[in-house]
Amino acid sequence: MRDTPALTEATYYILLSLVTPQHGYGIMQQTEALSLGRVRLAAGTLYGALSALCDKGWIRPLSAEDAGRRKEYCLTDKGMEILKNEVARLRELADNGEAILGKENGDGDQNRT
Amino acid sequence: METKTVHKWLWVWDFDKEEDWLNEMAQEGWALESVGFCTYTFRRCEPGEYIIRLEMRSKDQDYEDFLRETGAELIGRVFLWIYCRRKAEYGPFDLFSDIDSKIAHLQRICRVLWIAGLANLLIGLANSLNPGFWPSWINLLCATLLMYGLGRIQGKKEALEKERRLHE
Repeated sequence: MRDTPALTEATYYILLSLVTPQHGYGIMQQTEALSLGRVRLAAGTLYGALSALCDKGWIRPLSAEDAGRRKEYCLTDKGMEILKNEVARLRELADNGEAILGKENGDGDQNRT
Repeated sequence: METKTVHKWLWVWDFDKEEDWLNEMAQEGWALESVGFCTYTFRRCEPGEYIIRLEMRSKDQDYEDFLRETGAELIGRVFLWIYCRRKAEYGPFDLFSDIDSKIAHLQRICRVLWIAGLANLLIGLANSLNPGFWPSWINLLCATLLMYGLGRIQGKKEALEKERRLHE
């Protein structure tokens, strides 16, 4: 069903930040805000990740006229598809976890022999 | 503004110790202002005002602009090393936030040491076969040091790779 492995947290948040076009510093700030400060992207790491994602064709830089002084990036159609697949995969993980843990917590007495 | 200049020799494989030292200076109220070969110039600052980071990366204007965009200042460049700083009030400042990019950085250092070491070895050997003005032992000594440095960086890289396997 899937031809890409699970995304790293950094990649996931970079793609998520680029649903609307964004420059590098914006990605860093948005990632930190979305994860409530848990995921922090350092400049060197983000720079390397952006060029790797451009090479894969999941994101692309906006042309200089659109972007102004700072270089902005946006998601490609392929990147959007990858992101949607990842959200579906994460939902499956979370749903399964909650289903099993929920059952354990809810009627744990019956399940334990 | 009060400044002071320190001359200090630091080995390339101790770049993390160099970074620690520069941050200790910043904690004591001395911010790195400019940097040259074995020369560090500091300017008085509020203790802990800046966080200093260094990195080996070949000249890349895009990257330098990117760093500035994130609020960092470029202090200077010595060979392939760039020195930058950011005000601590903007929050923690790092250049690498995951293990893969730290390994990639060490890999870049290894490649440079390897090329420089090999070049010195070849020049040293060629000169020892055909003695000229330049004594070959200097190149051979450089080659030995560079290969030692390569081993040290390789060791750091392997430690990180081991850590990555454990956390995967």
